[in-house]
Amino acid sequence: MTVTERKEKKVTPDTRARRGRAIGFLGKWAVFAGFIAAWQVATTLAEAPYFPTPSTIGETMVDLWLSGPASQLWLSDAVFDDVVPSLLRLLGGWAAAGVVGVVLGLMMGRSEKLYDYFSPTISFLRSVPPPALLPVFLVLFPIGTPMQLATIIFGVIWPVLLNTIDGAHTLDETVVETTRSMRLSKPRFLATVVLPAALPKIFAGLRVSLSLALILMVISELVGSTNGIGYQMIMAQRDFSLPKMWAGIVLLGILGYVLNVLLLVIQNRVIGWHTRSKSLTGR
Amino acid sequence: MLDVTGISHTYGSGAKTHTALGDITFSVEKGEIVCIVGPSGCGKSTLLRAISGLLPPTAGESRFMGERITEVPHDLAFVFQEYSKSLFPWLTVRGNVAFPLKARGMSRRQRHEVVDEALGWVGLADAVEKYPWQLSGGMQQRVAIARALVCQPALLMMDEPFASVDAQTRAELEDLLLRVRREYDTTVLLVTHDIDESVYLSDRVLVLSKAPSTVVSTLTVSLGAERDQITTKETDDFVHLRGEVARLLRYGTAGVHDEVHEVKQAVPVEAVAE
Amino acid sequence: MKRLVRNTIGTVGVLAVCELVGRSGLVNPNQLPPPSVIGARLVEMFNDYEFSVDVVETISSWAISMVIATLIAVPLGILFGSVPAVGKVTSAIVEFLRPIPSVAMIPLALIAFGDSVDAKIALAVFGAVWPILFNTVHAIGDIDPVQINTAKAFNLTRRQMLTQVKLPAIAPFVLTGVRISASIALILVVSTEVLAGSAGGLGSFITETGTGGAQMDLAIAGTFVAGVIGFAINLIFEWAQRRWVNWSDGDRAR
Repeated sequence: MTVTERKEKKVTPDTRARRGRAIGFLGKWAVFAGFIAAWQVATTLAEAPYFPTPSTIGETMVDLWLSGPASQLWLSDAVFDDVVPSLLRLLGGWAAAGVVGVVLGLMMGRSEKLYDYFSPTISFLRSVPPPALLPVFLVLFPIGTPMQLATIIFGVIWPVLLNTIDGAHTLDETVVETTRSMRLSKPRFLATVVLPAALPKIFAGLRVSLSLALILMVISELVGSTNGIGYQMIMAQRDFSLPKMWAGIVLLGILGYVLNVLLLVIQNRVIGWHTRSKSLTGR
Repeated sequence: MLDVTGISHTYGSGAKTHTALGDITFSVEKGEIVCIVGPSGCGKSTLLRAISGLLPPTAGESRFMGERITEVPHDLAFVFQEYSKSLFPWLTVRGNVAFPLKARGMSRRQRHEVVDEALGWVGLADAVEKYPWQLSGGMQQRVAIARALVCQPALLMMDEPFASVDAQTRAELEDLLLRVRREYDTTVLLVTHDIDESVYLSDRVLVLSKAPSTVVSTLTVSLGAERDQITTKETDDFVHLRGEVARLLRYGTAGVHDEVHEVKQAVPVEAVAE
Repeated sequence: MKRLVRNTIGTVGVLAVCELVGRSGLVNPNQLPPPSVIGARLVEMFNDYEFSVDVVETISSWAISMVIATLIAVPLGILFGSVPAVGKVTSAIVEFLRPIPSVAMIPLALIAFGDSVDAKIALAVFGAVWPILFNTVHAIGDIDPVQINTAKAFNLTRRQMLTQVKLPAIAPFVLTGVRISASIALILVVSTEVLAGSAGGLGSFITETGTGGAQMDLAIAGTFVAGVIGFAINLIFEWAQRRWVNWSDGDRAR
């Protein structure tokens, strides 16, 4: 009946939208390619020392990271020495902050007392610019991965925590009453009702945190590390090797882009119900 | 089965107090459908919440099968007006109906069976894998009813369950409720602002006054178990009762019959506000 | 009232726990001094001329970058948002440039500008432009056509249309962008100071006192001041949003 009708109606606009997205996608890349080309021309003409041409940067990147033997899929040793550790720290710190932030956030979002006790501390701590902690963490934690993880976790936990609190707190009263009439235990209520309901906000927080984690990964490697992308960049700075520095900048940009796209894909899988229910019912 | 004694509820404190419920006493027998009808803002919904343990009442108590209610009893299920909020958008129809069963630790296979049966019963066998937002309002409310029924509650409390659906769907859902009662012998306590609905569905109608509300009158409805949207509503009994309820709502007493007889077909206070 | 009491109890409790841990011997008190010691340092520091100069330098670098970033991003955003073709092209480019973490530019900026104040400001402007630009472009595109048509019906001039309809309509979103940028700019200013050591400012103070771990009380006190600055910035923007654009939460375009 109505259900099948709706389904049939949806097909045409859906495919049209998909086609539109594909054109938009290609268009964006075309524009970007044009931008790179323009930059190439501009930097070649200008010969500014601080701005190597994109082709030079590209060659340096291939040289640095894609010059390895076939047995390593052409990835050079630098990939395993610098890029992989960086990525692991980034993802490890972000994931740890995510788990802690979500668990604490669910509890604080549903308990007014807990929230009242700790909200001043939280709003102060999240205001501390994380790089200001680096000199302190350098002393408190062993240089290298522990200190970097501490910096990333401390820096990125706040967006997740605050968004989770918000999401858990604004749970609809009807939902609360519905579940109370089912007599769920508190942990079950948090896990099966509050958590899914707060997921859209949690994901928003996780995305902010991810880009922040990339920033903190770089800066903690610039300060106290013996390997990683940031370390490689600080070495390049000491050698005044501008192409290598730009290679690092571009690589970080690519990482930021790819990670964000990946998280968006996961987000669509996990909370597709949210966007679709919103677009259909407009609530 | 359900005994409510002296329940009253006051919101707020100091100058801003609002006494929603005066002093309300009534009881519901096993197998009955009792409708509570009252003018808008009289605290009907507050009453259900205060009785069921969702909201601690300021005074009074309610007993369910002899035991004092402090939190929602196991054998009690709820259906709310806001079906779109009360269903979980992240779960399919199956997931929603299975939700309370899962919480009770029923095995997966058993859940599957029970849910299929309940959904078939409310006429949604085809929509099992759909998400709530893919369904019409009436269908969503059917899901909510199925979810309330899977636990085979001894008492079903419904807070304006059909107030947000169109008239046609409302009639279908009313008949569905009557069928539930016949088949499962479920006891139902239903709050509504619709006079026709209250008479059509119930064995007894409790009429509330404006806030602070009290029970103005209790009317026994003897229309039999088999009811029909058209023929039942044409019977003299039905027309008479509906008039009675309307007068009670408007004047707070049934004793002014003669004066208001001119008023052709007492206008329901806020009937079918949609 | 109850809330305020709990706020106080909670905060005092957290400080008390830190104090206990600091004095219990669980941690090295030279590395992690208790709050009472840090509090005493704070009082001393504010009587110290050089420290005050550092704080002023950090705050003024931040403020200058915010002003520059806003002056660049809002007009550009209005332009990009008003001309659809330009908007599409720039948003494609911006989409690829935005993921570059601005701190990645720090080594480059330090080479290009040296340890000067320019490096800080250049980086902070670079980092702060994106959120404001992005929000402005989106907000312009999101203006309800009904509002525009209503305004047209009143025969508003182009200029009136901009100042009386478009600017108020986008204000909440722009302000949200500015708020996000404010914390990014602060992070970048402090980062550059921390990294460049001799660039002056609060970050350098923290680095100098923290290096080697000899003066951790001063370093932590400096970090605390950085937190207070960040906190104050957040408060000001939250207040501004409530005060001026309370008709919208402004978070839609994020």
